[in-house]
Amino acid sequence: MSVGAPKIPVVVAEVVEVNALIKRFRFQRRDGAAMPVFSGGSHVVVEMDDHGTRRMNPYSLMSHPADTLGYEISVRRDEVGRGGSLYMHTHVRPGMEMVLSQPVNLFPLDARAKKHLMIAGGIGITPFLAQMAQVEAMGGRFELHYSVRSPALGAYVEHLQEQYGSRVHVYYDELKQQIDLKTLLKSQPLGTHIYVCGPKGMIAWVKATAAAMGWPALAVHSEEFLAPPVGLAFEVQLAASGKSFTVQPNQSLLEAIEAAGVEAPYLCRGGACGQCETDVLRCDGHIEHNDHWLTDAQKASHTKIMPCVSRFRGAALILDR
Amino acid sequence: MSLDFNVETFRGDYTFKNSAKAIKRFPFPFPEDSYMYSVNMEPHVPGAVGSVFEHLFDVDEHYVAEMRDRAQVLAEDPLRCQTLPHMELAGWDLLELIMESKARDYPQWFELHKDGDNWHWINKPLQIEQKFTFMDASTLPYGPMEYITRQTQGDFTLQDQRDDDLWIEAGMVTTQADWSLDFDIGMSFKQWHAPVPLAHQMNIFDRALKFLLKLQHGAPVRRFNWTMTVDALLDTSPENYPKWGPSKTTMTPETIGHRQHLRVELQTLHRLPRSNAIVFPIRCYLIRFEELVTVPKWARRLHRVVRDIPDELATYKGFLRNKPLMLDYLAQFDDGQPTSPGFGAD
Amino acid sequence: MTKTMFEPSITSRPVYGVLSPGVGSAHLFVADGEGADAVCDLFAKAEAAEMKAASHIIYMPGANGCDKTADLQALGVAQFYRAPSFASAQSRLAKVLADAHMGLQIYAAGTEGLMAQVAALAQAAGLPYEAVQMEHRGSLARRVQCVHCKGVTENVRLDPFHCSHCGLSLFVRDHFSRRLAAFQGVNIDAEDPGQVPASVERFK
Ligand code: HEM
Ligand code: FES
Repeated sequence: MSVGAPKIPVVVAEVVEVNALIKRFRFQRRDGAAMPVFSGGSHVVVEMDDHGTRRMNPYSLMSHPADTLGYEISVRRDEVGRGGSLYMHTHVRPGMEMVLSQPVNLFPLDARAKKHLMIAGGIGITPFLAQMAQVEAMGGRFELHYSVRSPALGAYVEHLQEQYGSRVHVYYDELKQQIDLKTLLKSQPLGTHIYVCGPKGMIAWVKATAAAMGWPALAVHSEEFLAPPVGLAFEVQLAASGKSFTVQPNQSLLEAIEAAGVEAPYLCRGGACGQCETDVLRCDGHIEHNDHWLTDAQKASHTKIMPCVSRFRGAALILDR
Repeated sequence: MSLDFNVETFRGDYTFKNSAKAIKRFPFPFPEDSYMYSVNMEPHVPGAVGSVFEHLFDVDEHYVAEMRDRAQVLAEDPLRCQTLPHMELAGWDLLELIMESKARDYPQWFELHKDGDNWHWINKPLQIEQKFTFMDASTLPYGPMEYITRQTQGDFTLQDQRDDDLWIEAGMVTTQADWSLDFDIGMSFKQWHAPVPLAHQMNIFDRALKFLLKLQHGAPVRRFNWTMTVDALLDTSPENYPKWGPSKTTMTPETIGHRQHLRVELQTLHRLPRSNAIVFPIRCYLIRFEELVTVPKWARRLHRVVRDIPDELATYKGFLRNKPLMLDYLAQFDDGQPTSPGFGAD
Repeated sequence: MTKTMFEPSITSRPVYGVLSPGVGSAHLFVADGEGADAVCDLFAKAEAAEMKAASHIIYMPGANGCDKTADLQALGVAQFYRAPSFASAQSRLAKVLADAHMGLQIYAAGTEGLMAQVAALAQAAGLPYEAVQMEHRGSLARRVQCVHCKGVTENVRLDPFHCSHCGLSLFVRDHFSRRLAAFQGVNIDAEDPGQVPASVERFK
């Protein structure tokens, strides 16, 4: 039984080359039903079957949060990364069927902020597109400072300027334009929150500058993607019931145990309740503990595992089940 | 309609009672013969037809009477419903969730017709018909959360999520087990749980919070909580404690079966899509001891739970003083036979 | 003066630290009674010298009569204001916060009720609660909200005590609301009207 949030089966409706580095993808539900609305700053995990390698990459949703006809993401071509962006750029075409996770928001706006000060670098613009649309619809106050390499690579600059006028400030590296952060941060009204999304160096620069100017850390937010636990397949052996099988990348250990016809206790299926705790009889390798139940000492000892969320990498795993 | 819903009161003459059908579907909260706090959360997936889990929001025979009672509580004390300004969006999320669920699950009672943002809501049991513009509060008689929770059984709180914590920042609370929304509003997860004994040391709140921060849209979870209530009073608020407190002192062996109720809260947690907030519906079910003991397994088990409960919990839940009376009454129904595991009657 | 020692309490009760010079464009201090000592201790630190030109101190004597106006005046900060009470200083405080920019550092020192009210105002102005530095000095008398009539009684020393608004006998819980800047008071003889234990001086 799989009881997590239902995945969203989609078809690629549109692929648009935004510039030399960036492509935009639009997804619609295969069954024609409405997409869930979402909150600005949310991402979805796009599942890819890259010639047998399963990739799960998170991308910020950039479409209007109230647009339930489809979701849009923008993907920057990354030649050195894990390959998800290359796959998106070279293989994904309109009409292709793919699977998305439910939207998850790890970069939410602080709804109490008196003003939202958004700072974007390059492809880091995408979550702000959705956030600005949401703040605008609710009559909130915001300002965007968007830094890109060159006019040719300035994705969505025109759209943004047209839509939001003087609240959008664009800076081109090639023209030696730089955000004057100190001046900017000096003049913000009390209750302003900063949001920064872009290259690591930019995030560190904004955080350090804000801290040095007396901004509370809780008023400075940056985008963090939690890479979803990479679901590699692994073998497991159940001593009590005498079964062994492979846990597939797209199933949890608990689901695999259930699929093998072995009854296993559970409650939350999210690593919190402790019900599924299982003794490890042998562990030649490394358990990826993704739960909140076991103590750090228990985790380090590799004598217990929570099959609802945790996985294994290595030669042999034998459980008392 | 009169066939579907009881005419009854939760105050004054207390005419509240459960039909045979309501007793049969009562959400008995004890899966075993003893009770201690735990991280008792599980996916809120649909349950058996006729059970309180059949639908996302259970509407039962007490619906109309409970809504009348809520209106009375609010007339006396409007502070039982409060929304901090930044939580209105979450209120719209909640309104949408409830209206869509009820119209889908109970088409004989509720209808929702949408034409873009122009919505038309029909609530037949309460004889309400409302045309309004979604996301425009000026087109409703109350804010969105208050509007829909005046028409939905159970208390509701809305939690904003930020800074790796949950913040209780809106709520409709008129059927509470002795806690004050007016006092708690604005608090974080561990702040509002501060008065609970033992559970902090058991790391229950640490684990529950980490789990909830990752709660996903479309994957709600549920848990039970319970306490004891004398007379079928829904509004056991701290605000009114001087009014209902004395009722605990007038119970006798003759009246306990009739006056003492087990109070069960079916609590669910849902991620809301636009606001990223979490809604926490707290649905209260009451059952008289004399109704409960008609199910032999429940009678045996409740006796054992009350007998063995740590004093800290009985004190916190407010029934230590009547525990001996309860045990005397319940002991008659406990023949010492084993009980089967799980919630269900045998 | 040393820091106040607190008994272990529940998780809603704030814990207080020691004021230390913060970095920022402006510094706002609000203190009552013995809280003045915490402000003076901060300015006794070498790093605080350059803060003076950008500092604003609002001070009110303690309910116990403790008045250290002279000590604070002697610090020579840019702005010093002595208010007769917190209530009378509230509109001034609101104006200062409304005009302020991010980078403002806020410090509160003295009684729990004073600190909590400053933090609540700062939070209403949009700052995180954690952005307000707090140091407890002086009286442990409590600010208590009656859960029944909602009236707040200041400087509660006795437990149980009479609500200054509705007159009910209340016992004082440790449960604390940052939004209300108050502890919770609950009727002690609700179940057995008239049976009120003798009051003890719990909060000195
Ligand atoms: C996020 C939504 C939740 C809200 C708004 C909430 C609210 C509350 C409140 C107001 C109380 C009463 C505290 C008092 O005495 O003043 C309470 C009690 C309690 N809560 Fe929660 N709670 C939530 C979720 C949870 C979860 C997920 C768990 C555990 C897994 C939990 C476990 C408990 C326990 C064990 C008690 C003591 C109950 C008793 O003995 O009667 N709560 N909760
Ligand atoms: S099922 Fe709850 S921790 Fe695994």
